[in-house]
Amino acid sequence: MSAEQAHGSSVEVAARVERRWATIAVIIIVAMALLAAFAGIHRATMPQPRVEITDPSRIHLSGEFVESNLGSVLEANGNVTVRAIGQQYSFTPACIVVPVDTPITLRATSADVVHGILIQGTNVNTMLVPGYISEQLMRFARTGDYLMPCQEFCSFGHEGMWGKVKVVDKTDFANRAKAGGRLSCVGQ
Amino acid sequence: MLVNRKLILAHFWLAFAVFGIALTLGAWQMFIRSPIGTWLSNPELYYRSLTAHGTVMGYVFPTLVAMGFGYAISESALEQRLIGVRWAWTGFWLIVIGSVMAVIPIALGRASVLYTFYPPLIGNLFYYLGVVLVVVGSWIWVALMSINLRVWRKAHPGAAVPLAMFANVAGSYLWAWTAVGAALELLLQIIPVAAGLKNTIDAGLARVFFSWTLHAIVYFWLMPTYIAYYTIVPRAIGGRVYSDTMARISFILFLVVAMPIGMHHTFADPQVGAGFKFIHSAFTALVALPTLLTVFTICASVEIAARLRGGRGLFGWIGALPWDNPMMLALAFSFIMLGFGGAGGLINMSYQLDASIHNTQWITGHFHLIFGGAIVIMYFAIAYDLWPHLTGRELIDIRLIRTQLWLWFIGMIVTTFPWHWVGILGMPRRMAYFDFGDPAIAPQALSVTFSAIGGFVLLASGIMFIVILARGMRAPQIDAGAYRFALAVHQPTTVPVALNTHALWVALMIALTITNYGYPILNLATTAGTSVPAVYVGAQ
Repeated sequence: MSAEQAHGSSVEVAARVERRWATIAVIIIVAMALLAAFAGIHRATMPQPRVEITDPSRIHLSGEFVESNLGSVLEANGNVTVRAIGQQYSFTPACIVVPVDTPITLRATSADVVHGILIQGTNVNTMLVPGYISEQLMRFARTGDYLMPCQEFCSFGHEGMWGKVKVVDKTDFANRAKAGGRLSCVGQ
Repeated sequence: MLVNRKLILAHFWLAFAVFGIALTLGAWQMFIRSPIGTWLSNPELYYRSLTAHGTVMGYVFPTLVAMGFGYAISESALEQRLIGVRWAWTGFWLIVIGSVMAVIPIALGRASVLYTFYPPLIGNLFYYLGVVLVVVGSWIWVALMSINLRVWRKAHPGAAVPLAMFANVAGSYLWAWTAVGAALELLLQIIPVAAGLKNTIDAGLARVFFSWTLHAIVYFWLMPTYIAYYTIVPRAIGGRVYSDTMARISFILFLVVAMPIGMHHTFADPQVGAGFKFIHSAFTALVALPTLLTVFTICASVEIAARLRGGRGLFGWIGALPWDNPMMLALAFSFIMLGFGGAGGLINMSYQLDASIHNTQWITGHFHLIFGGAIVIMYFAIAYDLWPHLTGRELIDIRLIRTQLWLWFIGMIVTTFPWHWVGILGMPRRMAYFDFGDPAIAPQALSVTFSAIGGFVLLASGIMFIVILARGMRAPQIDAGAYRFALAVHQPTTVPVALNTHALWVALMIALTITNYGYPILNLATTAGTSVPAVYVGAQ
């Protein structure tokens, strides 16, 4: 074999190896995208589908985020809805009470700047952007107390903005809900 | 042919000076919010420091490195004197003025909005104007890179553009376009409010504009590092670039797909619908492709160097590599950090996994590992490699250079690994202090302490870096010769037009941005009732 031929075949080998790697790389990426799509559909972990707006300068006057409507409520179908707002530098309610093993819808917004809700030890994690309503579905498998810090910089008091989530058993929650109104665990 | 050495040195020195300051602030932040620091009596100082650290490390430092390196590439790869030197100095001084203008209100506590701006928080007008000047200064560089390449093309019709310059210009175009998002946010939304012309702002729209910049800016930071992987490392360790064509394809892919993916930063946001979040998530997966290709090509190029040095066997060649060469060391550290950081990035890009770590300390750990680690360690390597050519003096402290690189690598691992871990535990970002006395937070104390120690190791390494360069200014004079870039195994004489020009890819980049961002932006901009009252920082 002449040097020329050897060179030519080495070019071919190099190109073939390279193509093989490129194919593997593409397969990895396609597989990841499919996995994400599957997990999203199968495990129903998808971002909130709709964009809803609200006026933060009027939320305390009327609509679903007036003070008397904040907290947890047991719906007729047995599900629970939690409504909350974030403002510099606290959540209202500062302690959210919910039952274990129950589908819960969290609806929240901000009264001033950008905040975030993160419930430690879970994957409940959403931004609160003033002007928009955040909705997140959640379900707790274990009773107990969870910390709920604000996860987005909201000015100088950000480090002090910690809420709490208290997950109680179903009968306890049902008893609390008997009196009607909106439930919270503030002061407990 | 490095003629305008003063210009390039000015960019590098300013870059490393501001880097030193921001690094010191970063180490202080790590310390003060850790259990070993005494509690900060005034958290307001922490956020001044954090804003300065982010603004310098995000906007000023990497931009200056890219610019200085870009001028060096233009002169040495094209073997052509830089055209527009006066303009280049204008750009430099705009950055100096802009930085000073931005830093004063930060230091006075009038702009503690962090480098990500976060409207409806509004800081002092001069902070934003300063940032705008920095970006305008860098746009002059973009124009100069384009002009210099155009002149060279005219003089060399049909010739293959040297890989270093091809990649450099791709990086400059990426920066020009990705900066448009933040520019729109600043000019249309924030600055009118900061100037008192308006008092409401659409915070959701602002976040979408910022996401346009926020992701691709990372690839702009990364460009000098990738250029060094392809065009400096193989030459410095005595190897060859495995494939010039694949290198060009990688840079083109960065240009095209780094842009239309930024909305993965808004996965948890209420103002963007699920559909566009999925599209951006899928595109983000795509941006892993050029990195996977690069990992292959660079490993193959390094293997060539090892085999030329007598390395044998399936893995035996690794031992034959020139491990005492700082460039080899920097590359290995960079790749290790890129591997871990990249794996973390794949977690961030999938909505389902991101929900567990969004806005936790995991994210801060992630981008410090990728940017501060994989990218910045190659900035060091670039500086070490270029320095003798810029100063005409030898860098004599090779042992010190190796120690500095080792310390940076160790410091970065010690800092960021525990940082990721506390993120998984749910520790939120950007907090001036934590109540480690709380039983739910106490288990994180040890990890945070490790991170703080890592921060000091990084500070020590950063100081060593600056000392080495400063000593290099007074070392014995040598003739460093012409600055050269690595050659490919098959050095191209002609390349297809598509791999030799940028126009098609720039058009594709803009088109993809419009398809992936156009509708969400238009939709938000035309929805009434989404503007909210501004909250002025430091006004009380």
